[in-house]
Amino acid sequence: MNHHAAPTIVVENASLKFENKTVFQDLNLTLQGGKLTCLLGASGVGKTSLLRLIAGLSEPDFKGNTAQAGNLISYMAQTDLLLPWLTVLDNVLLGSTLRGSTSPREKAHELLANVGLGSALNLFPRELSGGMRQRAALARTLIEDTNVVIMDEPFSALDAITRYNLQTLAAELLRDRTVFLVTHDPLEALRIADEIYIMSGSPASLHSPFTLKTKTPREISSEELLELQPILFTELLKASETTV
Amino acid sequence: MNTLSRGIILFLGLILLWETLVITFSIPPYILPTPLEVFNSLFVHKNLLCSEAMTTITETLLGLILGILFGCATALCMVFFRPITLWLLPILLISQAIPTFAIAPLLVIWLGYGMSSKIATTVLMLFFPITSAFFDGLRRTDKGWLDLAKTMQAKKWRVFWYIRIPAALPSLASGMRVATAIAPIGAVVGEWVGASKGLGYLMLNSNERMQIDLMFAALITLIVFSLLLYFSVDKLLRKLIPWQIEA
Repeated sequence: MNHHAAPTIVVENASLKFENKTVFQDLNLTLQGGKLTCLLGASGVGKTSLLRLIAGLSEPDFKGNTAQAGNLISYMAQTDLLLPWLTVLDNVLLGSTLRGSTSPREKAHELLANVGLGSALNLFPRELSGGMRQRAALARTLIEDTNVVIMDEPFSALDAITRYNLQTLAAELLRDRTVFLVTHDPLEALRIADEIYIMSGSPASLHSPFTLKTKTPREISSEELLELQPILFTELLKASETTV
Repeated sequence: MNTLSRGIILFLGLILLWETLVITFSIPPYILPTPLEVFNSLFVHKNLLCSEAMTTITETLLGLILGILFGCATALCMVFFRPITLWLLPILLISQAIPTFAIAPLLVIWLGYGMSSKIATTVLMLFFPITSAFFDGLRRTDKGWLDLAKTMQAKKWRVFWYIRIPAALPSLASGMRVATAIAPIGAVVGEWVGASKGLGYLMLNSNERMQIDLMFAALITLIVFSLLLYFSVDKLLRKLIPWQIEA
């Protein structure tokens, strides 16, 4: 697949009401083609709603346009969503099974080896650690080979070191795709994002994004990361005041 | 002390208490026989007990299998054709509101004294726990899995077959456990109402003839069979659905 064709996704005038409460109104967001965009914000501010909207997972009372129509997306959630009755290999092949298309078994082997699960092909999810499960979920996301990848706090349930390693792995394997990643961890965003948005307020709005220039994944000691960290923190602190 | 040795000690203690009670109050054997007399009866009538037990076992197993099939089919109907649920549910509830004892004589009239009326009683008693458990399981598929399937452009029936049904199996398994526990009751109730074979028939018959020791022997046979059936089914379900513990 030609990842140079990774599309830019434009969300225009998105509004969402939930039980008479306006979650957000007239929201505009651009996900640059082939770039990784992070969305930061406090819990409950509406990050996941916006993500579901872009992923085409129906939300009631939504108005607005997203230009993702026609683009296939793949989706990775906070929980691994591995099916407990399938082996790691069959879980990775789930998409082709559910579509009834031929299973790309060789590619699955290759991807599982890439995420360090080459020897766990025939294990069941219950036999894996949290980090291994999330790596299997990453392989399942990658095998879909879509130009657009949507991720909802994919590493938040992991310990700091496992999370760090998975961020590195994900940033490398997702390069040149249009990625939208929701997180509440500013360090995660600073390590792997090309653009960072902050969502805050009620109804929620988006701040003009931070654009990062250096190549991802960034080291903890990266100059750009260290320079932006206090600024991002200050913004998040301000944002939290407007949300409450 | 492990479960087995505790069980054995409890069992022997109860037997001892029983024996003491009968001796102390000199209870006549036509009211309460001693454990020894019951074991003696078990041994003397072993051929009779075995052949009668075979009838009850066949009725129970056939009732259980048909009940599971019927229960699963009903649950699938209710999921696939939502409007049917509205019409089917009251009928299901009515079928459960009528005591089995009340409807069993009718089943004997309709289906005869043979095995079919007993199987029908069993099916009637146990299909509802199956239907209800499976239906619940099918409706409660993890929303995350369904979202994932949607982003994968999954075909609807494939989602049903590869996700919703396996996800409902742990729930179905608990319904099957309940059904397994009550299946022998269904068969015996059917036999009490009208039969010429089976452990229920033997119990009723020996009761009328004041052969209380034989009645106890039949009861013990029934208990042993029921326990064996339950634990075998439980073990089988654990083996077949290993993901039910975490689900």
